[in-house]
Amino acid sequence: MTLLTWLGVALAGGVGSVLRFLVDEAVRARVPGASFPRGILVVNVSGALLLGLVSGLALPHDASLIVGTALIGAYTTFSTWMLDTVNAASARLAGVAVANVLVSLALGLAAAALGRALGAGWA
Amino acid sequence: MPADPSSAPGPSAAVRPAARAHLLAAVFLGGMLGTLARVGLAELASRDDPASWPWATFAVNLVGAFLLGWWATRLLRAPDVDPRVRPFLTTGICGGLTTFSTLQLELVDLVRADAWGVAALYVVASVALGVSAVLAGRALAGRP
Repeated sequence: MTLLTWLGVALAGGVGSVLRFLVDEAVRARVPGASFPRGILVVNVSGALLLGLVSGLALPHDASLIVGTALIGAYTTFSTWMLDTVNAASARLAGVAVANVLVSLALGLAAAALGRALGAGWA
Repeated sequence: MPADPSSAPGPSAAVRPAARAHLLAAVFLGGMLGTLARVGLAELASRDDPASWPWATFAVNLVGAFLLGWWATRLLRAPDVDPRVRPFLTTGICGGLTTFSTLQLELVDLVRADAWGVAALYVVASVALGVSAVLAGRALAGRP
């Protein structure tokens, strides 16, 4: 990998993280449901769809690394997903905690598989 | 969650756009650092066999969950800290270091490679240890 690729990875990671913040904020402002982490759910499921798409397209290594692993990887988050789950459980919202895990996984897997099939169809 | 800026006393309308720019810059910088660490490890531990255990993603996700549990709890008790520190560490570094999409794609690829056992163990271990990592980080910050 060249220095330019690493620069691309760093910038893509910064952009992906800012997009995550903005999309989460916009979804939470527009969709009611105070206790459910709906912003991060939208971020993570849309990111899984996009990463599946990029994977299906079978781009060259460095392009796939910057757009897929760095940009979309940074757009989605595992840590906030887990923290929100623990916080819901701590607030005695066990149903929210369990639903946050199961709905994210079910929709995330379906989105990644669908994206991959769509990308492979276009490639 | 970020505080509602309209309810916060103090800053005039003129400085709010600057505060917003600082917040986004903190997320951007932290996201760059977290992503560089995640991608660096992914390149070091690149997998040729799609049926093998995704160690790199597994490791960064658990480390990031631990750090987020720790920092988010610490910062709750540090109201005087610079308002850019929290988004830099949590949304930026932890968010950029960890990934949900790669985990999902790895699960799809494990299933496609007929490695159902590895896929099942990987998803259960990620969630169970991810929750444990948040709790461990929170405990380190002094919250039971």
